[in-house]
Amino acid sequence: MSDHTLDKLPGGFKGMATDMGSDQTVFKGVNWGKAMMWIFLLSDTFIFSCFLISYMKVRASVVDEWPYPSEVFALNFMGVPVPLLLIAIMTFVLITSSGTMALAVKYGYERNRKMCGWLILATALGGLTFVGMQAFEWSKLIHEGVRPWTNPFGAPQFGSFFFMITGFHGTHVSIGVIFLFIFARKTFRGDFDAGKRGFFTSMKSDYVAIEIMGLYWHFVDLVWVFIFAFFYLW
Amino acid sequence: MSDDFYKNKTSIEAQPSRTISDSSGSVSDIDYVKPAEVSDQDLYHGHSFITKWIFCQDAKVIGIQYTLTAVFTGIIGLILSWLMRLQLGFPELVPFITAEHYYQFVTMHGMIMVVYFLTALFLGGFGNYLIPLMTGARDMVFPYVNMVSYWMFFVAVLVLMASFFVPGGPTGSGWTLYPPQAILEGTPGSGAGIILMLVSLALFVVGFTMGGLNYVITILQARTRGMTLMRMPLTVWGIFTATVLALLAFPALFVSVIMMSLDRILGTSFFMPTILQAGEILEYGGGSPVLFQHLFWFFGHPEVYIVALPAFGIVSDLISVHSRKNIFGYRMMVWAIVAIGALSFFVWAHHMYVSGMNPWFGFFFATTTLIIAVPTALKVYNWVLTLWRGNIRMTTVMLFCLGFIVTFVNGGITGIFLGNVIVDIPLSDTYFVVAHFHMVMGIAPLMVIFGAIYHWFPLVTGRLLDEKLGKWHFWFSFLGAYSIYFPMHYLGFIGVPRRYFEMYDSPYITSAVGLNQSITIAALIVGLSQFIFIFNIVKSLRMGKPAGKNPWKANSLEWQTPNVPPAHGNWGDKLPVVYRWPYDFNVPGAKEDYIPQTTPPSEVLEAKVEKT
Repeated sequence: MSDHTLDKLPGGFKGMATDMGSDQTVFKGVNWGKAMMWIFLLSDTFIFSCFLISYMKVRASVVDEWPYPSEVFALNFMGVPVPLLLIAIMTFVLITSSGTMALAVKYGYERNRKMCGWLILATALGGLTFVGMQAFEWSKLIHEGVRPWTNPFGAPQFGSFFFMITGFHGTHVSIGVIFLFIFARKTFRGDFDAGKRGFFTSMKSDYVAIEIMGLYWHFVDLVWVFIFAFFYLW
Repeated sequence: MSDDFYKNKTSIEAQPSRTISDSSGSVSDIDYVKPAEVSDQDLYHGHSFITKWIFCQDAKVIGIQYTLTAVFTGIIGLILSWLMRLQLGFPELVPFITAEHYYQFVTMHGMIMVVYFLTALFLGGFGNYLIPLMTGARDMVFPYVNMVSYWMFFVAVLVLMASFFVPGGPTGSGWTLYPPQAILEGTPGSGAGIILMLVSLALFVVGFTMGGLNYVITILQARTRGMTLMRMPLTVWGIFTATVLALLAFPALFVSVIMMSLDRILGTSFFMPTILQAGEILEYGGGSPVLFQHLFWFFGHPEVYIVALPAFGIVSDLISVHSRKNIFGYRMMVWAIVAIGALSFFVWAHHMYVSGMNPWFGFFFATTTLIIAVPTALKVYNWVLTLWRGNIRMTTVMLFCLGFIVTFVNGGITGIFLGNVIVDIPLSDTYFVVAHFHMVMGIAPLMVIFGAIYHWFPLVTGRLLDEKLGKWHFWFSFLGAYSIYFPMHYLGFIGVPRRYFEMYDSPYITSAVGLNQSITIAALIVGLSQFIFIFNIVKSLRMGKPAGKNPWKANSLEWQTPNVPPAHGNWGDKLPVVYRWPYDFNVPGAKEDYIPQTTPPSEVLEAKVEKT
């Protein structure tokens, strides 16, 4: 971040080749944890891709009619069914939480402990709201008779894929929320400033952890955008 | 965690980190190596028995734990193969081998050997032990996560083993677990067995991901000074590429496991078409069994290379050290490993020529499959050219390497038969396929594993394995493996189908009876001869010849540690500095026939080394 020496390295493809050919590190100045998170996210991308590609394959080949998402996911607002109303709010909340997360990273590196902590807390609350609304959506659909193995609107695979993919994504969000709360507590307590050692890992805490957390959180948001596009808009 | 937890940390003082552009040392100095970019690693040192040997964060101990667990499951896989062979050679000789049990043995043998034995041994075992040592790191970058990785694997093995004891026994659907039959009642173990198998695989993937991230980041970001990617031993390249493959291929397995468990437990129809069971229409309908095959083989084919690439890498190093010659075409070897890894993601449907997919698919996948033969053949030529006019030491290690080359070429050539759609169709689901994949991903990697254990046992324990017993072990294993799998090609040509419990009522197969019996006898002997190996290990642990430092006169870093066996933290208080690749053997002008990677140029001024 503040390492000015990195600016002197060559950029572009030449820089890439130089980095690959150099000793010690391939990604110059990149923290181990950060590199690990990127590669984990690549692996996780493959998981979500497999889910979404399977969904597309089944949707293309299934014999029964696929339910019309605008109707299934509509919400009655003052007596008028508004398509995708709840999903729009959910998406808005989640994307906003990405914004607060980015700010938290900024304030973290500025050593602004209070501001950073509050922003992490805001992010966590955004995530919690998202999960809450998803629970509401699930219960509404379950109330209408949608199950993983059947649904009243058409192809049973609709329910299967809906619950599986949103459930898997929701699990990601929930895990993120738990870690955000832990991180908020650590920030307020000043662990990152003091370099306190982790309870399990015994490694020193550092503000870079917030950036790594942020990477995960932005990824979860990005995946949601794809789920939104493929499940609700298609 | 107790109070002394914080006291146990970091007896190795972290050295101050210097920044990248900090150019201390003049460029004209021939021994100049760029200063450290990363500060020295903080390590947790275990002091009690539990933190040192059980919940240990030292990658070397974790590697040994992985190895022992994998070998334990491998022995179970071996015993299962005996039971299968007994049935095939001498039907009804053993009364408890019923058709159901036979299918369960086939399934568990396949899954154990591919995933829980070979993958865990190469990546978890050799990867953990060798990566930090060979790249000059103190440990894996996240030792705690690494420890959790092993224990996840351990739990996965426990769950897998538990399936032997549940009502209905383990699943008998074949290691490919194809739906719909894997979860229908006619298949043995369709109750608890298949569920435990799926849970165990999911745990394995999670555990492996933790380890795999460690291996990749250690190699990319934690090498020592002077260690460029193109100075890494090929072992590290093989394990690295295999780990990347695993991180990208296991997701497909994970997803198919989740979807199949939902089909089995919740009654969804991802993979289940409308289907009759015992005359009744089931609730399932509209799913696609071929989708599972695509997901499974998108994992399954890279899996072959996850096993093969570390073997390629390790064998290259062993051949080079034991023929005292640099590896022929190092850069080409690296690119071949990477190319094979990349191509392995575009060949999966060659396992599905008879699945009913679009024939144009077969055309595409046959082409990509045959393209893989190019980098693979390149590697074989390079191994042979490394041996050519080398100063070959006929150690047990070298024998196993030669055994590897022969079995690998054999299995590779039959792979070219099976890669062509038109040749594959009559051969598919016959013993020709069984012979092919056992040769290429069973025996060949095993030869490397044995060679590697004979090679690195002195590093791990400080004692040499007995050479005489080792040679007996080699000849039993090598000739035995040939007498098992070579006749199987013929069985395949006459059309003996694989996975059949018994076939003696079909008149055309009676000609196979004698062959099947001899194969079974050979299998029993080969299996038993592995106990020579186990005996050798147990004996040498206590009474083996002390190896001293660097008994093979190897160049790579793992032999240059201050202590043998290496202590926690690997390098004492100073990290090694690397000046060359690990293949400087018999360099013209040098006094010794080897120059370790840590030897600075000023010490070997008269040697005509290649610039690496």
